[in-house]
Amino acid sequence: MKSAEQIVRDVRSGATTASAELDDALLAVKARNEELNVFLYVDEEGARRQAESVDAAIARGESVGPLAGVPIALKDNLCQRGIPTTCSSRILEGWRPPYSATVVDRLLAAGAVPVGKTNLDEFAMGSSTENSAFGPTRNPLDPTRVPGGSSGGSAAAVAADMTPLALGSDTGGSIRQPAALCGLIGVKPTYGLVSRYGLIAFASSLDQIGPFAKNVTDAAMLLEAIAGHDEMDSTSLPEPAPSLVAHINDGVAGKRIGLVRDLVDGADEDVVQSVLRAAEALAAEGATIVELSIPEFRLGLSAYYILAPAEASSNLARYDGVRYGLRVNADDVTAMNEATRTAGFGDEVKRRIMLGTYALSAGYYDAYYGQALKVRTMMISAFANAYRDVDLLLGATTPSVAFELGSKVSDPMAMYLSDIFTIPTNLAGDAALSVPFGTGEHDLPIGVQLLGPGRSEAKLFAAARVLEIAEGR
Amino acid sequence: MGLPGDWEMVVGLEVHTELKTATKMFCGCANHFGAQPNTNVCPVCLGLPGSLPVLNVRAVELAMAIGIALHSTIAASTFHRKNYFYPDMPKDFQISQYDLPINKGGYLDLPDGSRVSIERAHLEEDTGKSTHLGGTGRIHGADRSLVDYNRSGVPLVEIVSGPDIRSSAQARSYASSLRAILIATGASDGRMEEGSMRIDANVSVRKPNAPFGTRCEIKNLNSLRSLQRAIDFEALRQIELIESGGTVRQETRHWDENVGATSTMRTKEEAEDYRYFREPDLVELVPSDEWQGRVRDALGPMPAERRLLLISRLSSPSETQLDAVEVVIDLGLEDYVHAALDAGADASLALARAANELAAGLDLLSNVTFTAFSSTLLLEQSGTLSATQSKTVLGELLKSGGDPASIATSLGFEQMSSESLASTVALLIDENPDEWERFRDGDEKLAQFFIGQVMKQTKGQANGKDVIKELHARR
Repeated sequence: MKSAEQIVRDVRSGATTASAELDDALLAVKARNEELNVFLYVDEEGARRQAESVDAAIARGESVGPLAGVPIALKDNLCQRGIPTTCSSRILEGWRPPYSATVVDRLLAAGAVPVGKTNLDEFAMGSSTENSAFGPTRNPLDPTRVPGGSSGGSAAAVAADMTPLALGSDTGGSIRQPAALCGLIGVKPTYGLVSRYGLIAFASSLDQIGPFAKNVTDAAMLLEAIAGHDEMDSTSLPEPAPSLVAHINDGVAGKRIGLVRDLVDGADEDVVQSVLRAAEALAAEGATIVELSIPEFRLGLSAYYILAPAEASSNLARYDGVRYGLRVNADDVTAMNEATRTAGFGDEVKRRIMLGTYALSAGYYDAYYGQALKVRTMMISAFANAYRDVDLLLGATTPSVAFELGSKVSDPMAMYLSDIFTIPTNLAGDAALSVPFGTGEHDLPIGVQLLGPGRSEAKLFAAARVLEIAEGR
Repeated sequence: MGLPGDWEMVVGLEVHTELKTATKMFCGCANHFGAQPNTNVCPVCLGLPGSLPVLNVRAVELAMAIGIALHSTIAASTFHRKNYFYPDMPKDFQISQYDLPINKGGYLDLPDGSRVSIERAHLEEDTGKSTHLGGTGRIHGADRSLVDYNRSGVPLVEIVSGPDIRSSAQARSYASSLRAILIATGASDGRMEEGSMRIDANVSVRKPNAPFGTRCEIKNLNSLRSLQRAIDFEALRQIELIESGGTVRQETRHWDENVGATSTMRTKEEAEDYRYFREPDLVELVPSDEWQGRVRDALGPMPAERRLLLISRLSSPSETQLDAVEVVIDLGLEDYVHAALDAGADASLALARAANELAAGLDLLSNVTFTAFSSTLLLEQSGTLSATQSKTVLGELLKSGGDPASIATSLGFEQMSSESLASTVALLIDENPDEWERFRDGDEKLAQFFIGQVMKQTKGQANGKDVIKELHARR
């Protein structure tokens, strides 16, 4: 499949049309969607309208946006006006948002063509896309394996060549981990770089929308189009979108990159080897590799599993059967709330709501939530401390390559450990990305993770590009 | 009302006031009472999935204005989520300030010279409004519940007093002075009947100098009268309970205005665990000194100062005048009084007409110019209009504005000729020989009787003073 960059060039030059590119995308969806369960909803009509309007603008000689004619997949926790939005949950059955997320509006303005909504772990809670009320998504590279999660549908859409771009959301690794497992670039931008308005919240202080793509330039193009201040999101950073594509070939010469022992220890040997080779590749291009340890990273997982469920327990309270989505009638309003939530939420969501409610309860707050906040503060200083010495950090994205469907569903802890290397960045609010580097067991892709301080995306993309070139892409 | 024995009540008030902003606290929807249900709503105030709050700057300014008027310290503050399930709360949590309120500390001086401390005045959002049909009117047992989300997200400030109040009259005076401040700052219209100001009262009783007793909280008192009655009832209830050997249980109580009693809503054990935590969708609110300064500079003088200024224009003011001054200051009507005094109107008359006639038409005040008010009073003072006519003219002015003299003419309010007044008085003396006899014997009270009769006869066109003159002339 053509890259997004190629499509934009061809659409602008008249070598192809947005409509023709959409046809290709829809064909690819039809070919494999039943097998892989990637899209929960395909908005063929809306996509055609958008593609035609791009083509019409070009026919009139008007300028078109930076993503003109590029088909894109949206994780189904992003609101798009009039399009069913489920978060892969029964509780949102039948709900069509009356408004669009800021990122969706920006995509449309940039000329991108949203094709449909992709599967996810219910309310983005999971690491395999098996926690979906609408069945698991399969990894296009090996359908017996998971694509990762929670943005597994969006990762699979790109990996299966259905769309060159997709948006996901990353609360503890939900973009980077599936990107690693599907052989893609996946970016968790700095907290506040991309507006969360219209992203259905899982854990508001950690959630961030970001891109999936097959190459670094495409990912940078997409992030440029959606980033920048939005007055609808109070936590949105004040600056406009950073310039990323222009710096993509800046390289890493003179940069100090920290190879973090705590982001490698415990990973499978094939993953460790990839990270070490990535360090060599960066050094070969003039970076100085510094080995270091950030022991605080080991506390990340436990703090995360207090903070994220606590926020989720509050964010998901509104699904009470009163205003929209599922309602299971009962004798009185309290019984109706209970019956609705019992029927509407899956096990993992219920588990996290209970965890979070407990952690915030009077008498337990200080021991759990309060303590986790302290760990978060430690994490922020630990990162800040590291970035006084180095420009970027390097480690593994995931402990292993894509695992088999069903292999971890009955063991939540094993599943939670999939995100052990990605969680620290979310807690600190910093930026990180996963870039494919080498293959491991069963010839499956391995992702290495590059981490940087807030608003370091341009440097991260430049470093990822160095690795891409080293891989001959 | 006094309490039996040497019992003393200890009262603290929590006053919730809706802020008079154009839009809601976290979205651009109109903040407007009385619209069709569920018309002033959007994804944010309906708490739709994915929506996010954005703080209304004007609400912050009004909250700061309240803080300045209450001598509070304006501080960097944060927002929290107060989590509980209720159908009229669309997110099933309320965004409120918790450990770091925008206004900390302060005090309010009452007209009687007492001072009530203020613990805090913080920002929060209002909920929607539920109407339960069938059953008892409460949610449980209702056949059907209707929810109007127009009020959802309306900005509120909650003002919490210290436990400094020692009588229901003082509580009432505090609430009324606070209302005057809210009106004066432009923060609120102070309309308790529309729910734009709601009061919860914490009441306990003790013997002098004893530690505070166990308190009960009476929820949602919607008028000054209810406030005073409910506090008195509750203090007496607690005293009787203790004196009969019982103990007061900490609980939340409901005031039933018709029965005139409080009853248990929920006990402490049944209290919700609100699981407060920082609202992650909002950032810390840090009002700069420069911003605070602008709010401070825009504030006019506060009621206490204005009260002194008005009283200084009265020579040895009477109780009646002072009562009228309270009403006039509370409702912000003193500019009318000042204008009338400047124009040469009598102080008692100006205060009375402002505190009664103008106060009855607050919604329509914009129709009445200071000049029109003053001219009406001067017409009354000169005897061109009777008191009744003058009140009618003021009523007309409130309704549709205009010039008092023309209104008087169009209503046929011309002064009765002295001949026709004389003949009316003569007629009434004939018809009421006993009363006339007693008046002649020196019972001055009977003058009022004759004035009443004359007014009835002339439909209020006569001037009371002229009637008295005529009666005395015939005595």
